[in-house]
Amino acid sequence: MSDYIEENLDRDGVDRRGFLKCMAWAGTGTLCLLQGGVLKSFALSDVLQQKIGHMKSDLSFVQISDSHIGFNKDANPDVTATLREAIAKVNALPTPPAFVLHTGDLTQLSKADEFDTLSESLKSLRTERIFYVPGEHDVLNDNGDMFRERFGQGTQGDGWYSFDKNGAHFIGLVNVLNLKAGGLGYLGPDQLAWLQKDVSRLKSSTPIVVFAHIPLWAVYPQWGWGTDDSEQALSYLKRFASVTVLNGHIHQTMQKVEGNITFHTACSTAFPQPAPGQAAGPGPMKVPAEKLRSVLGITDVNFVRGKHTLGIVDSGLS
Amino acid sequence: MKSRTKNRTTAGIFAMTVVALAALMVTAGASPQSKPASGIEIKIDNFSFGPMRLTVAAGTTVTWTNDDDVPHTVVSDDKTTFRSKALDTGEKFSYTFTKPGTYAYFCSVHPKMVAEVVVQ
Repeated sequence: MSDYIEENLDRDGVDRRGFLKCMAWAGTGTLCLLQGGVLKSFALSDVLQQKIGHMKSDLSFVQISDSHIGFNKDANPDVTATLREAIAKVNALPTPPAFVLHTGDLTQLSKADEFDTLSESLKSLRTERIFYVPGEHDVLNDNGDMFRERFGQGTQGDGWYSFDKNGAHFIGLVNVLNLKAGGLGYLGPDQLAWLQKDVSRLKSSTPIVVFAHIPLWAVYPQWGWGTDDSEQALSYLKRFASVTVLNGHIHQTMQKVEGNITFHTACSTAFPQPAPGQAAGPGPMKVPAEKLRSVLGITDVNFVRGKHTLGIVDSGLS
Repeated sequence: MKSRTKNRTTAGIFAMTVVALAALMVTAGASPQSKPASGIEIKIDNFSFGPMRLTVAAGTTVTWTNDDDVPHTVVSDDKTTFRSKALDTGEKFSYTFTKPGTYAYFCSVHPKMVAEVVVQ
Protein backbone atom coordinates (compact mmCIF):
# COMPACT_ATOMS: atom_id res chain seq x y z
CA MET A 1 0.00 0.00 0.00
CA SER A 2 1.62 3.23 -1.16
CA ASP A 3 2.01 6.29 1.01
CA TYR A 4 1.77 8.54 -2.03
CA ILE A 5 -0.77 9.38 -4.71
CA GLU A 6 -0.51 6.81 -7.49
CA GLU A 7 -3.21 8.10 -9.83
CA ASN A 8 -4.44 11.67 -9.89
CA LEU A 9 -7.30 11.01 -12.33
CA ASP A 10 -9.48 14.03 -11.59
CA ARG A 11 -6.54 16.35 -11.09
CA ASP A 12 -7.89 17.35 -7.71
CA GLY A 13 -5.13 15.69 -5.73
CA VAL A 14 -7.32 12.76 -4.66
CA ASP A 15 -6.02 9.26 -5.40
CA ARG A 16 -9.44 7.59 -5.39
CA ARG A 17 -8.28 4.12 -6.39
CA GLY A 18 -5.62 4.11 -3.70
CA PHE A 19 -8.16 5.46 -1.24
CA LEU A 20 -10.64 2.72 -2.02
CA LYS A 21 -7.95 0.02 -1.77
CA CYS A 22 -6.97 1.50 1.54
CA MET A 23 -10.53 1.58 2.82
CA ALA A 24 -10.79 -2.18 2.44
CA TRP A 25 -8.23 -2.54 5.19
CA ALA A 26 -9.90 -0.08 7.54
CA GLY A 27 -11.90 -2.76 9.31
CA THR A 28 -8.75 -4.53 10.43
CA GLY A 29 -7.31 -1.52 12.22
CA THR A 30 -5.59 0.55 9.55
CA LEU A 31 -6.60 4.15 9.04
CA CYS A 32 -6.51 5.83 5.70
CA LEU A 33 -6.52 9.57 5.95
CA LEU A 34 -7.13 12.20 3.36
CA GLN A 35 -5.37 15.37 4.40
CA GLY A 36 -5.90 18.14 1.90
CA GLY A 37 -6.01 15.58 -0.90
CA VAL A 38 -2.92 13.61 0.12
CA LEU A 39 -3.58 9.99 0.97
CA LYS A 40 -1.71 8.38 3.82
CA SER A 41 -2.27 5.19 5.76
CA PHE A 42 -1.56 4.62 9.43
CA ALA A 43 -2.01 1.91 11.98
CA LEU A 44 -4.95 2.73 14.19
CA SER A 45 -2.88 2.18 17.30
CA ASP A 46 -0.41 4.85 16.12
CA VAL A 47 -3.22 7.33 15.69
CA LEU A 48 -4.64 6.69 19.11
CA GLN A 49 -1.19 6.93 20.66
CA GLN A 50 -0.85 10.32 18.98
CA LYS A 51 2.29 9.27 17.11
CA ILE A 52 0.91 10.96 13.99
CA GLY A 53 0.25 14.30 15.54
CA HIS A 54 -2.84 16.45 15.46
CA MET A 55 -4.93 16.24 12.30
CA LYS A 56 -5.95 19.76 11.45
CA SER A 57 -9.49 20.30 10.30
CA ASP A 58 -12.20 22.96 10.49
CA LEU A 59 -14.83 20.50 11.60
CA SER A 60 -14.67 16.94 12.74
CA PHE A 61 -17.63 14.73 13.54
CA VAL A 62 -18.29 11.04 13.95
CA GLN A 63 -20.87 8.70 12.45
CA ILE A 64 -22.00 5.62 14.34
CA SER A 65 -24.76 3.34 13.13
CA ASP A 66 -26.90 0.27 13.63
CA SER A 67 -26.47 -0.25 17.37
CA HIS A 68 -29.54 -2.59 17.41
CA ILE A 69 -29.99 -2.42 21.19
CA GLY A 70 -32.17 -5.42 22.08
CA PHE A 71 -30.55 -7.86 19.62
CA ASN A 72 -29.18 -10.87 21.48
CA LYS A 73 -28.64 -13.71 19.00
CA ASP A 74 -25.50 -15.59 18.03
CA ALA A 75 -23.97 -12.89 15.83
CA ASN A 76 -23.50 -10.76 18.99
CA PRO A 77 -25.12 -11.67 22.32
CA ASP A 78 -24.12 -8.33 23.90
CA VAL A 79 -24.65 -5.38 21.57
CA THR A 80 -24.64 -2.92 24.49
CA ALA A 81 -21.06 -3.93 25.28
CA THR A 82 -19.84 -3.38 21.72
CA LEU A 83 -21.69 -0.04 21.61
CA ARG A 84 -19.80 0.99 24.76
CA GLU A 85 -16.55 -0.03 23.08
CA ALA A 86 -17.44 2.10 20.05
CA ILE A 87 -18.14 5.03 22.40
CA ALA A 88 -14.74 4.48 24.04
CA LYS A 89 -13.17 4.55 20.58
CA VAL A 90 -14.86 7.86 19.80
CA ASN A 91 -13.78 9.31 23.13
CA ALA A 92 -10.19 8.25 22.41
CA LEU A 93 -9.93 10.20 19.14
CA PRO A 94 -7.25 12.91 19.20
CA THR A 95 -9.85 15.56 18.27
CA PRO A 96 -13.19 15.30 20.12
CA PRO A 97 -15.93 15.38 17.47
CA ALA A 98 -18.10 18.51 17.32
CA PHE A 99 -21.10 16.18 17.20
CA VAL A 100 -22.06 12.58 16.46
CA LEU A 101 -24.49 11.32 13.83
CA HIS A 102 -26.37 8.08 14.48
CA THR A 103 -27.65 6.83 11.13
CA GLY A 104 -30.38 4.61 12.49
CA ASP A 105 -31.40 1.19 13.82
CA LEU A 106 -30.72 2.47 17.31
CA THR A 107 -32.84 -0.42 18.60
CA GLN A 108 -33.78 -3.89 17.46
CA LEU A 109 -37.51 -3.82 18.19
CA SER A 110 -38.49 -0.15 18.75
CA LYS A 111 -39.09 -0.90 22.45
CA ALA A 112 -39.06 1.80 25.15
CA ASP A 113 -36.48 -0.01 27.28
CA GLU A 114 -34.21 -0.41 24.24
CA PHE A 115 -34.37 3.33 23.52
CA ASP A 116 -33.69 3.93 27.23
CA THR A 117 -30.56 1.75 27.18
CA LEU A 118 -29.35 3.43 24.00
CA SER A 119 -29.78 6.94 25.40
CA GLU A 120 -28.19 5.96 28.68
CA SER A 121 -25.16 4.45 26.90
CA LEU A 122 -24.66 7.48 24.67
CA LYS A 123 -24.51 9.80 27.70
CA SER A 124 -20.83 8.85 28.02
CA LEU A 125 -20.05 10.09 24.50
CA ARG A 126 -17.73 13.06 24.76
CA THR A 127 -19.39 15.40 22.30
CA GLU A 128 -21.67 18.41 22.37
CA ARG A 129 -24.60 16.98 20.50
CA ILE A 130 -25.93 13.78 18.90
CA PHE A 131 -28.14 13.85 15.80
CA TYR A 132 -30.29 10.88 14.80
CA VAL A 133 -32.23 9.49 11.88
CA PRO A 134 -34.37 6.36 12.34
CA GLY A 135 -33.78 2.93 10.85
CA GLU A 136 -36.60 0.53 9.98
CA HIS A 137 -36.05 -1.22 13.34
CA ASP A 138 -36.86 2.03 15.17
CA VAL A 139 -40.32 2.52 13.66
CA LEU A 140 -41.80 -0.98 13.79
CA ASN A 141 -45.23 -0.57 15.34
CA ASP A 142 -46.12 3.09 15.54
CA ASN A 143 -44.95 4.78 12.33
CA GLY A 144 -42.10 6.32 14.29
CA ASP A 145 -44.11 8.16 17.00
CA MET A 146 -41.90 6.99 19.86
CA PHE A 147 -38.71 7.71 17.92
CA ARG A 148 -39.82 11.25 17.07
CA GLU A 149 -40.96 11.85 20.63
CA ARG A 150 -37.47 11.07 21.90
CA PHE A 151 -35.19 12.23 19.09
CA GLY A 152 -37.33 14.27 16.72
CA GLN A 153 -37.43 17.73 18.32
CA GLY A 154 -37.31 20.36 15.62
CA THR A 155 -37.91 17.91 12.79
CA GLN A 156 -40.67 18.02 10.21
CA GLY A 157 -43.01 15.48 8.66
CA ASP A 158 -41.76 11.96 9.40
CA GLY A 159 -38.64 13.40 11.05
CA TRP A 160 -36.48 15.16 8.46
CA TYR A 161 -34.41 18.24 9.26
CA SER A 162 -31.28 20.21 8.41
CA PHE A 163 -28.71 22.31 10.23
CA ASP A 164 -25.54 24.28 9.51
CA LYS A 165 -22.14 23.85 11.13
CA ASN A 166 -18.92 25.68 10.28
CA GLY A 167 -20.14 26.55 6.79
CA ALA A 168 -21.35 23.05 5.90
CA HIS A 169 -25.04 22.14 5.55
CA PHE A 170 -26.26 18.88 7.10
CA ILE A 171 -29.50 17.18 6.05
CA GLY A 172 -31.13 14.30 7.94
CA LEU A 173 -33.55 12.27 5.82
CA VAL A 174 -36.02 9.52 6.74
CA ASN A 175 -36.32 6.73 4.18
CA VAL A 176 -37.72 3.90 6.32
CA LEU A 177 -41.42 4.77 6.48
CA ASN A 178 -44.36 4.17 4.11
CA LEU A 179 -42.42 1.41 2.41
CA LYS A 180 -44.24 -0.26 -0.47
CA ALA A 181 -44.49 -3.99 -1.16
CA GLY A 182 -41.55 -5.09 -3.27
CA GLY A 183 -39.91 -1.69 -2.85
CA LEU A 184 -36.73 -0.27 -1.38
CA GLY A 185 -36.20 2.68 0.93
CA TYR A 186 -38.59 5.56 0.28
CA LEU A 187 -38.40 9.32 0.77
CA GLY A 188 -41.83 10.36 -0.52
CA PRO A 189 -43.09 13.52 -2.23
CA ASP A 190 -43.45 15.66 0.92
CA GLN A 191 -39.87 15.07 1.99
CA LEU A 192 -38.57 15.62 -1.55
CA ALA A 193 -40.44 18.92 -1.81
CA TRP A 194 -39.00 20.01 1.53
CA LEU A 195 -35.48 19.02 0.44
CA GLN A 196 -35.70 20.94 -2.80
CA LYS A 197 -36.81 24.05 -0.93
CA ASP A 198 -34.26 23.55 1.86
CA VAL A 199 -31.22 23.63 -0.44
CA SER A 200 -32.57 26.20 -2.88
CA ARG A 201 -31.30 29.12 -0.79
CA LEU A 202 -27.73 27.77 -0.47
CA LYS A 203 -24.69 28.84 -2.47
CA SER A 204 -23.32 26.07 -4.71
CA SER A 205 -20.01 26.23 -2.87
CA THR A 206 -21.64 25.09 0.38
CA PRO A 207 -20.46 21.58 1.31
CA ILE A 208 -23.50 19.35 1.77
CA VAL A 209 -23.68 16.29 4.04
CA VAL A 210 -26.80 14.13 3.75
CA PHE A 211 -27.41 11.36 6.24
CA ALA A 212 -30.13 8.71 6.09
CA HIS A 213 -30.42 5.10 7.20
CA ILE A 214 -30.88 3.10 3.99
CA PRO A 215 -28.28 3.78 1.28
CA LEU A 216 -29.25 6.45 -1.22
CA TRP A 217 -27.65 4.51 -4.03
CA ALA A 218 -28.39 1.02 -5.35
CA VAL A 219 -25.86 -1.01 -3.38
CA TYR A 220 -27.82 -4.26 -3.82
CA PRO A 221 -31.55 -3.88 -4.56
CA GLN A 222 -32.23 -7.62 -4.24
CA TRP A 223 -31.62 -7.24 -0.52
CA GLY A 224 -33.43 -3.93 -0.20
CA TRP A 225 -30.15 -2.00 -0.15
CA GLY A 226 -31.23 1.13 -2.00
CA THR A 227 -33.87 3.89 -2.08
CA ASP A 228 -36.55 4.03 -4.76
CA ASP A 229 -36.73 7.80 -5.14
CA SER A 230 -33.19 8.84 -4.23
CA GLU A 231 -32.41 9.92 -7.80
CA GLN A 232 -34.85 12.77 -7.46
CA ALA A 233 -33.32 13.84 -4.15
CA LEU A 234 -29.81 13.77 -5.58
CA SER A 235 -30.91 15.82 -8.58
CA TYR A 236 -31.51 18.75 -6.21
CA LEU A 237 -27.87 18.48 -5.12
CA LYS A 238 -26.24 18.29 -8.55
CA ARG A 239 -25.15 21.94 -8.56
CA PHE A 240 -23.17 21.74 -5.31
CA ALA A 241 -19.39 21.45 -5.38
CA SER A 242 -19.21 18.80 -2.70
CA VAL A 243 -21.90 16.40 -1.50
CA THR A 244 -21.24 13.62 1.00
CA VAL A 245 -23.91 11.00 1.67
CA LEU A 246 -23.57 9.00 4.87
CA ASN A 247 -25.72 5.90 5.34
CA GLY A 248 -25.98 2.78 7.51
CA HIS A 249 -28.26 -0.25 7.19
CA ILE A 250 -25.84 -2.63 5.44
CA HIS A 251 -23.45 -3.11 8.39
CA GLN A 252 -20.27 -2.79 6.33
CA THR A 253 -18.28 0.04 4.84
CA MET A 254 -18.76 0.80 1.20
CA GLN A 255 -17.86 3.85 -0.79
CA LYS A 256 -18.81 5.16 -4.18
CA VAL A 257 -17.88 8.39 -5.90
CA GLU A 258 -20.19 9.74 -8.59
CA GLY A 259 -19.29 13.17 -9.91
CA ASN A 260 -19.60 15.61 -7.03
CA ILE A 261 -21.15 13.05 -4.67
CA THR A 262 -19.28 10.71 -2.34
CA PHE A 263 -21.47 7.96 -0.87
CA HIS A 264 -20.27 6.21 2.25
CA THR A 265 -21.84 3.52 4.41
CA ALA A 266 -20.78 2.76 7.96
CA CYS A 267 -20.13 -0.39 9.95
CA SER A 268 -22.57 -1.39 12.64
CA THR A 269 -21.58 -1.29 16.30
CA ALA A 270 -23.59 -4.50 16.81
CA PHE A 271 -23.02 -7.15 14.14
CA PRO A 272 -21.78 -7.47 10.55
CA GLN A 273 -23.80 -8.48 7.52
CA PRO A 274 -22.61 -10.38 4.47
CA ALA A 275 -21.22 -8.66 1.39
CA PRO A 276 -23.81 -8.34 -1.40
CA GLY A 277 -24.81 -11.73 -2.76
CA GLN A 278 -22.36 -13.62 -0.52
CA ALA A 279 -25.12 -15.27 1.53
CA ALA A 280 -28.73 -16.35 1.11
CA GLY A 281 -29.95 -13.15 2.76
CA PRO A 282 -28.78 -9.89 4.36
CA GLY A 283 -29.24 -11.05 7.98
CA PRO A 284 -26.81 -10.92 10.91
CA MET A 285 -23.60 -12.72 10.05
CA LYS A 286 -21.79 -14.77 12.65
CA VAL A 287 -18.01 -14.47 12.63
CA PRO A 288 -15.46 -16.10 14.97
CA ALA A 289 -15.61 -14.38 18.36
CA GLU A 290 -12.07 -13.03 18.10
CA LYS A 291 -12.90 -11.43 14.74
CA LEU A 292 -16.16 -9.71 15.78
CA ARG A 293 -14.70 -6.41 16.92
CA SER A 294 -12.69 -5.94 13.75
CA VAL A 295 -15.86 -5.95 11.63
CA LEU A 296 -17.69 -3.43 13.83
CA GLY A 297 -16.72 0.21 13.87
CA ILE A 298 -17.11 3.98 13.84
CA THR A 299 -16.55 6.59 11.14
CA ASP A 300 -14.58 9.79 11.75
CA VAL A 301 -15.18 12.66 9.33
CA ASN A 302 -12.98 15.72 8.95
CA PHE A 303 -13.79 18.80 6.96
CA VAL A 304 -11.34 21.45 5.90
CA ARG A 305 -12.88 24.68 4.61
CA GLY A 306 -12.12 25.20 0.96
CA LYS A 307 -11.37 21.54 0.24
CA HIS A 308 -13.79 19.55 -1.90
CA THR A 309 -13.95 16.17 -0.26
CA LEU A 310 -14.45 15.42 3.39
CA GLY A 311 -11.86 13.18 4.99
CA ILE A 312 -13.68 9.99 5.94
CA VAL A 313 -11.94 7.45 8.15
CA ASP A 314 -13.43 4.16 9.30
CA SER A 315 -11.93 2.32 12.22
CA GLY A 316 -12.73 -1.10 13.62
CA LEU A 317 -13.29 -1.71 17.32
CA SER A 318 -10.09 -3.77 17.51
CA MET B 1 -49.56 -15.07 22.18
CA LYS B 2 -49.82 -18.79 21.44
CA SER B 3 -48.02 -21.24 23.69
CA ARG B 4 -45.20 -22.90 21.87
CA THR B 5 -44.93 -25.90 24.12
CA LYS B 6 -47.30 -28.75 23.44
CA ASN B 7 -46.43 -32.32 24.11
CA ARG B 8 -46.21 -34.37 20.96
CA THR B 9 -49.21 -36.61 21.67
CA THR B 10 -51.50 -33.64 22.17
CA ALA B 11 -50.16 -32.06 19.04
CA GLY B 12 -50.69 -35.29 17.14
CA ILE B 13 -54.30 -35.63 18.25
CA PHE B 14 -54.95 -31.95 17.52
CA ALA B 15 -53.49 -32.28 14.03
CA MET B 16 -55.56 -35.34 13.24
CA THR B 17 -58.73 -33.59 14.41
CA VAL B 18 -57.93 -30.59 12.24
CA VAL B 19 -57.29 -32.75 9.19
CA ALA B 20 -60.54 -34.66 9.75
CA LEU B 21 -62.51 -31.41 9.97
CA ALA B 22 -60.71 -30.10 6.93
CA ALA B 23 -61.60 -33.20 4.93
CA LEU B 24 -65.28 -32.57 5.73
CA MET B 25 -65.04 -28.93 4.67
CA VAL B 26 -63.27 -29.30 1.31
CA THR B 27 -65.65 -28.63 -1.56
CA ALA B 28 -66.01 -30.88 -4.57
CA GLY B 29 -64.69 -28.21 -6.92
CA ALA B 30 -61.40 -27.64 -5.06
CA SER B 31 -58.31 -27.67 -7.27
CA PRO B 32 -55.95 -30.62 -6.82
CA GLN B 33 -53.23 -28.23 -5.62
CA SER B 34 -55.31 -27.02 -2.65
CA LYS B 35 -54.05 -27.82 0.82
CA PRO B 36 -56.43 -28.95 3.61
CA ALA B 37 -58.50 -26.07 5.02
CA SER B 38 -57.49 -25.06 8.56
CA GLY B 39 -54.26 -24.71 10.47
CA ILE B 40 -51.92 -23.83 7.63
CA GLU B 41 -48.45 -22.67 8.57
CA ILE B 42 -46.18 -20.27 6.77
CA LYS B 43 -42.60 -20.06 7.99
CA ILE B 44 -40.66 -16.84 7.85
CA ASP B 45 -36.96 -17.51 7.58
CA ASN B 46 -33.94 -16.01 5.88
CA PHE B 47 -35.84 -12.94 4.72
CA SER B 48 -38.51 -14.94 2.88
CA PHE B 49 -41.99 -16.39 3.36
CA GLY B 50 -42.29 -20.14 2.83
CA PRO B 51 -44.26 -21.05 0.85
CA MET B 52 -44.28 -17.84 -1.20
CA ARG B 53 -47.50 -18.80 -2.91
CA LEU B 54 -50.10 -20.61 -0.88
CA THR B 55 -53.52 -21.77 -2.04
CA VAL B 56 -56.20 -22.36 0.60
CA ALA B 57 -59.96 -22.78 0.84
CA ALA B 58 -62.11 -19.93 2.16
CA GLY B 59 -62.41 -20.15 5.93
CA THR B 60 -58.80 -21.24 6.42
CA THR B 61 -56.74 -19.78 9.25
CA VAL B 62 -53.13 -19.22 8.23
CA THR B 63 -50.47 -18.87 10.91
CA TRP B 64 -47.11 -17.24 10.20
CA THR B 65 -44.18 -18.06 12.47
CA ASN B 66 -41.00 -16.01 12.45
CA ASP B 67 -38.04 -18.39 12.52
CA ASP B 68 -35.60 -15.71 11.40
CA ASP B 69 -33.24 -13.89 13.77
CA VAL B 70 -34.57 -10.47 12.83
CA PRO B 71 -38.12 -9.15 13.30
CA HIS B 72 -40.59 -9.26 10.42
CA THR B 73 -44.18 -8.22 9.82
CA VAL B 74 -47.02 -9.68 7.76
CA VAL B 75 -48.91 -6.88 6.00
CA SER B 76 -51.37 -7.07 3.11
CA ASP B 77 -50.30 -4.90 0.16
CA ASP B 78 -53.22 -2.54 0.78
CA LYS B 79 -51.98 -2.27 4.40
CA THR B 80 -55.53 -2.61 5.77
CA THR B 81 -56.83 -6.14 5.17
CA PHE B 82 -54.38 -7.64 7.63
CA ARG B 83 -51.43 -6.23 9.45
CA SER B 84 -49.37 -7.95 12.16
CA LYS B 85 -47.32 -6.14 14.75
CA ALA B 86 -43.55 -6.71 14.49
CA LEU B 87 -42.86 -10.40 15.15
CA ASP B 88 -39.65 -11.24 16.95
CA THR B 89 -38.05 -14.68 16.58
CA GLY B 90 -40.60 -17.34 17.53
CA GLU B 91 -43.62 -15.04 17.49
CA LYS B 92 -46.71 -15.83 15.44
CA PHE B 93 -49.52 -14.09 13.63
CA SER B 94 -52.76 -15.64 12.38
CA TYR B 95 -55.40 -14.49 9.97
CA THR B 96 -58.56 -16.24 8.79
CA PHE B 97 -59.28 -15.83 5.10
CA THR B 98 -63.05 -15.80 4.68
CA LYS B 99 -63.43 -14.33 1.18
CA PRO B 100 -62.02 -15.85 -2.02
CA GLY B 101 -59.41 -13.82 -3.82
CA THR B 102 -55.68 -13.28 -4.15
CA TYR B 103 -54.07 -11.62 -1.14
CA ALA B 104 -50.63 -10.23 -1.90
CA TYR B 105 -48.67 -9.34 1.22
CA PHE B 106 -45.17 -8.29 2.26
CA CYS B 107 -42.95 -7.56 5.23
CA SER B 108 -43.24 -3.82 5.92
CA VAL B 109 -39.78 -3.80 7.51
CA HIS B 110 -38.08 -5.53 4.59
CA PRO B 111 -40.44 -4.78 1.71
CA LYS B 112 -38.54 -6.90 -0.82
CA MET B 113 -40.06 -9.89 1.02
CA VAL B 114 -43.26 -10.53 -0.91
CA ALA B 115 -45.67 -13.46 -1.08
CA GLU B 116 -49.34 -14.20 -1.64
CA VAL B 117 -52.21 -16.33 -0.41
CA VAL B 118 -54.78 -17.45 -2.98
CA VAL B 119 -58.15 -18.17 -1.41
CA GLN B 120 -60.57 -20.33 -3.34
